[in-house]
Amino acid sequence: MSTAAFKSYRPPVIEPSNEGELLEVAMGPHHPSTHGVFRMDVALDGEIVIKLKPVFGYLHRNHEKIAEKASYLASMPYTDRLDYFCSMTNNWAYAIAVEKLAGIEVPERAQYIRVITAELTRIQNHASAIGFLLQEMGASGTPLMYAFREREKILDIFEELSGSRMMCNYMRFGGCRVELPKDWLEKVAAIVDGLPRFIDEIEALLTGNEILMARTQGVGVLKPDLAVNAGITGPMLRATGVNYDIRKVDRYGIYDRFEFRVPLGDHGDIYDRYMVRVLEMRESVGILRQALKDVPAGPIVDPKQKVRGFRPKPGEAYGRIEGPKGELGFYLISDGSGNPYRYRVRPPSLINLTVLEDMCIGQNVADVVLTFGSVDIVLGEVDR
Amino acid sequence: MKTAEEILAAIKTALPEAKVELVQNPSVSGQHSLVVAPEDGLAVAVFLRDDSELALDFCSNATGVDWLDKETTEKVKATEVVDGEEKVIEKTVKHIQPGYLESVYHLYSMRQKHGPVIFRMRTANRTDQVELPSMTPVWRSCEFQEREIFDLFGIVFKGHPDLRRILMWDEFEDHPMRRDYVDPDDYEYEPTPHDEVLKRAQEHQAQQNEAKQAAEVTQ
Repeated sequence: MSTAAFKSYRPPVIEPSNEGELLEVAMGPHHPSTHGVFRMDVALDGEIVIKLKPVFGYLHRNHEKIAEKASYLASMPYTDRLDYFCSMTNNWAYAIAVEKLAGIEVPERAQYIRVITAELTRIQNHASAIGFLLQEMGASGTPLMYAFREREKILDIFEELSGSRMMCNYMRFGGCRVELPKDWLEKVAAIVDGLPRFIDEIEALLTGNEILMARTQGVGVLKPDLAVNAGITGPMLRATGVNYDIRKVDRYGIYDRFEFRVPLGDHGDIYDRYMVRVLEMRESVGILRQALKDVPAGPIVDPKQKVRGFRPKPGEAYGRIEGPKGELGFYLISDGSGNPYRYRVRPPSLINLTVLEDMCIGQNVADVVLTFGSVDIVLGEVDR
Repeated sequence: MKTAEEILAAIKTALPEAKVELVQNPSVSGQHSLVVAPEDGLAVAVFLRDDSELALDFCSNATGVDWLDKETTEKVKATEVVDGEEKVIEKTVKHIQPGYLESVYHLYSMRQKHGPVIFRMRTANRTDQVELPSMTPVWRSCEFQEREIFDLFGIVFKGHPDLRRILMWDEFEDHPMRRDYVDPDDYEYEPTPHDEVLKRAQEHQAQQNEAKQAAEVTQ
């Protein structure tokens, strides 16, 4: 074929016969990016998302009904199974709600142990959230394995403390379940000393990475007004620039004793969410260092607290904490009997998905996976 | 942060016709709640959100509560004529307080950093008048939570943009979080085509028999 002939070649023109027709795709329930069983019914115009409806309920087991038929304490191990990455913070949120309902004081030592376990949980949750996000971006393996290497150390510490790696069931109303093992605090201190190096490593690998920036900056943007109105909490809210951290607002536990800053984003895109999580890990390391310095001696649970036959007076209470994924709250109504009349979990994972459609419309399908990954959800909590 | 009484007074001055009352919480948590009549719900909610001092821009938690019919017994003394003599007889009288469904909203302020203010609305009964105004136009965070209340409690939210079941499957009929809910023996029971075909065949057979008998009579 001569060059002239090649130049004159034009691909055959095909008249578009299906213009304006939408393609409907069900992403999930077994899509690898959905972290479990979750479906997004997406309507596409070519590659562009026009509509997105999340479908839940594949893991629904009516946790609330089960808890209403069980005693107060019997629900404590079940809260581990809500967000199985962060069982310690789930325990704490439930304990705080019951302590508010019944007016139980928590001893000093238990408060310190709670802060230490909660901040360790936050670090391992954020590390794995970043790892999973990169996994979905195509960085198959390395970031996730780095994150899991660090998470493994924290889970080993939890196992030594509570007997279980993920289903810790460690908090009790008015304190904690078991005394710290020998040399536990020293082991935690050794791990905490190694954490800044790990965060530096993750940042060296990712923060200035051109591919990460190209894929995440300006993608999945959430505006602060919508975020507040839609009840978004946690790193996703702070990435939009709204300064709202329940550790600072409610000052529950003993968070008023520690110095830490609340990292805020600027653009509300996926990159800011990543960056807020990295900076929050650094702040958590700071809190851990301050807390480990002065853990007092004393009881770990209020000795007057009844374990059997626990019956709070009639009334209701809503208790909440800043979980790694957002505001985790428990709402309890007592009618004076041994099991709650109403038991409600305020799941941050479910409510943070409210704006998924708003963030995804007008984007490519490939960015839906990233946007969804940056929300950081666990389906055990979404469906309950 | 204003106390619940002060918030009630603020609502009364801004919306004098709204029916709002304060319900005390006997627990030590001290979280008292405002019960608002459903017809005034939206106006009160918009006031709570837009008032510059309250600025409750963040609806954290929305949930439902099911209150069953309450039966209270009371002993009443009455004089009656028995066998021509007047006697004082003790009678027990039963009172039935009708049950209702309730939607509960926990409001916080991200601007002023205070809360919670608890906002409740009650339906007229548990069976046929279960409509309440939706708060989704005021706080978007109620969107999925109100769908969940509709799914599990059966409160119908008027003005909700997309009121469908969220956790249970669409064909499911009952509301599992109600207190008097009874689980079905078999969750996966579906009338199979076979049963329907059998029924139709029996009906058809009966019609055929009738036609035959009618034909015999005329012959």
